[in-house]
Amino acid sequence: MTPWIALPAVLPLLAAAASVLVGRSRAAQRIIGLGTLTALLGLAVRLLIETDRNDVMTTQAGGWVAPLGITFVADRLSAIMLLVAIGMFLAVLVYAIGQGDEESRHVGFHPVYLTLVAGVCMAFLTGDLFNLFVAFEVLLVSSYVLLTLGGRLAQVRAGTTYVVISLLASITFLMSLGLLYRATGTVNLADLPAAMEALDPALRRVFLLLFLGVFGIKAAIFPLFFWLPDSYPNAPTAITAVFAGLLTKVGVYAMIRIQTTIGPDDTVVGTVLLVVAALTMVIGVFGAISQQEIKRILSFHAVSQIGYMVFGLGLLTVAGLAAAILYIAQYIVVKTTLFLTGGLVERASGTGHLDRVDGMLRTRPLLGMLFLLPALSLAGVPPLSGFVGKFALVDAGVDSRSWVLVGVSLAVSIMTLLSMNKIWAGAFMGEPTANAEATRPLPTAMVVATGVLVAVSIGIALGAGPIYAYAERAAETLLPLAGSSAP
Amino acid sequence: MKRSVIVDVTARLILPSALLFALHLLLSGHDRPGGGFVGGLVAGATIALIFVAGGMEDVRSVVPVRPWTILGGGLAVAASVATVPILLGNPVMDNWKFYVDLPLLGEAKISSALVFDIGVAAVVIGTIFMVFEAFGDEEPPEYRGEVRQGPGSGQHPEVGS
Repeated sequence: MTPWIALPAVLPLLAAAASVLVGRSRAAQRIIGLGTLTALLGLAVRLLIETDRNDVMTTQAGGWVAPLGITFVADRLSAIMLLVAIGMFLAVLVYAIGQGDEESRHVGFHPVYLTLVAGVCMAFLTGDLFNLFVAFEVLLVSSYVLLTLGGRLAQVRAGTTYVVISLLASITFLMSLGLLYRATGTVNLADLPAAMEALDPALRRVFLLLFLGVFGIKAAIFPLFFWLPDSYPNAPTAITAVFAGLLTKVGVYAMIRIQTTIGPDDTVVGTVLLVVAALTMVIGVFGAISQQEIKRILSFHAVSQIGYMVFGLGLLTVAGLAAAILYIAQYIVVKTTLFLTGGLVERASGTGHLDRVDGMLRTRPLLGMLFLLPALSLAGVPPLSGFVGKFALVDAGVDSRSWVLVGVSLAVSIMTLLSMNKIWAGAFMGEPTANAEATRPLPTAMVVATGVLVAVSIGIALGAGPIYAYAERAAETLLPLAGSSAP
Repeated sequence: MKRSVIVDVTARLILPSALLFALHLLLSGHDRPGGGFVGGLVAGATIALIFVAGGMEDVRSVVPVRPWTILGGGLAVAASVATVPILLGNPVMDNWKFYVDLPLLGEAKISSALVFDIGVAAVVIGTIFMVFEAFGDEEPPEYRGEVRQGPGSGQHPEVGS
C-alpha cells in the first residue's frame, strides 16, 4: 500500500479550490497553477522510478478493501503517461500565461485547467472501471468549459458538437459498465480477467467491443473521429494543444487498458483494431492534405496519428504494445509543440490561414526551426523522436507479419510529410507579406515553452534506447502471457 | 420587478423547512440516503425560490457570501479531506470518526466524511448560486429603466468585486 500514488489525482483539485478563492489576483492564480504542476512533475518522476522497481503499486481509497473500495493503481504505463502529461500541462500553462488572452481575461481558466489535470491524472491512476468513468467525466466537464471559454459564436457551435458526442460516449460507457457489473459482479480491473473467464467467449467479445467503441469515440478513431477536426481548432490555442496532444491519448490509454485486461489474446478484435488503425491513418491524413488552415491541418493529423497507436495495440504482442506506448509518449510532446507553434504563427501574423501568411522564415527564423523540428518528427524523419516511434512500430509490425499495415503506415508517413510541407511552403517560405501585423513581438514565455518542448522531443530521440526498454517492460506487465511465450 | 404576494408568502413559509430538510439530508447522508450533494441541491433550490419571489437583489441580501467563495471554500474543504490523510501516510480519503454524547440528542457519530459532505454541499450551493448570478440578472432594458435611472446603470452592480 502506497497512499501517495493517489496524490496526483487530488492535489490539483485542492489547488483548483485555492485558485477559485484567490480569483481576484491573477498573479496568485499563476503561482498556484505553476507550483502545483511543478510539484506534480516531481511526483511523476518519483512514480516513474518506483514503478520500475515495484512493477505495480496500489492504494485503496478510504482503506476500503478491493472490490468494495476504489483502487488506485500505478504501473509503468500509468507512470510514463503521467509524466508526459504533467510535463505537457506545465509547458502549456507557461505558454498560456505568456499568451494572455483567455488566461488573463477569464477568472475561470486556472481553476478549470487544474480540474482538467486532476481528471487526466485520475484516469491514468485508477484501477477501477467505474472510477475511470468518473475521471473521464471530470476531464470532459473541464474540457467543455475550456473549449468554450471566451464565448465566441464558432466556439459555442463547435462546443455543442463536442458536448453532444462526449455525452453520447459517456452514456454508452455507463450502460456498458452496468451490464458488465451485472454479468461479472466487479468493475475492478484486477478482478476482471478472472471474472470474465466464467462468461461466454462471445459475450466477452461484446464487452470488449463496447468499451473499445466508447474509448474509440474519445480517442477519435475511424469512423468515430468526425467531431474532432470540427471542434478542436476553435478553442484558444493553448487549449487546442492540450486537447489534441493529450485528451484523445487518454482514450487510447483506456483502449490499451481494456484490451490488455479483458482481451489480451482476442486476435479477432485485434484484427478489427488493425483495420480500424489503417483506415484512421489514411482518412486522417487525406483530411489534413485537403485543409488550408494550420490548426485544422494539425487537427486532422491528430486523427491520423491515433491510427499508429491503435496499430501497435492491435498487434497484441509485447513489441507492438511497447512501440505504441513509446509512440504515444513522444507523440504527445510533438503534437503539442506543433499546435503551440501554430499558435505562435497566428500570433505573429494575425492569421493561421495559409493563403494569407507568407515568408515567416525570413522574418522569424527561430519560429521556423520550432515548427520544422516537430513537423519532421511527426512525419517520422530520422533521427527525430517520431522516427524512433515509427521505427519501433514498423519493426513490431514486421515481426507479426502485418505487411499491409506496415505498408499503409509508411505511405501515410510520406503523406504526413507532404501536408507538413504544405504548411512549411505556405507559411514559412516565399516573400514576407508586407503587413504591419507581421512584426508583432512574441512573448518570451510562449517561445520558451515551445522551445522546451522541442528540446524534450529531441531528448526522447536521444534517449530512445532506455525509453523503449522502459516501454517494453511496461508492455510485459500488461501482457504477461504473450511476454513469456515470445522467443 | 413586480412582486407577487402569494409567491412571497409561500416562499417565506417553505424556506425554513426546506433548509431544515437540506440539513437533515446532509447529516444523515453517511449511513442513510442523503448526503452532501442532495443536501446541497435542496439548499440550492431555496435560492431558486428566493429568486422567484424577489429576484437577484433578494438572493444577495439573504446570502451574504459571494458564490465563488462558497464554491471555492467547499471544494477546498472536500479536497482537503481527501488529501490530508495522504500527507499523514494514510490512504486517500481515509475516514476518521468519533462518537460524542450530545445533550437531548444522545450519542452522535462525527466523521471526516461529514466534513467532506459539507464541502460537497457548499460546492453545489455555490454552483447553483453562480448560475443565477450569470443568468438571473438579465432584465429587459425597458424594465430596468423603471428601477434605475440613467443609461449607464445597466452595469452589473457586483462586477469586479
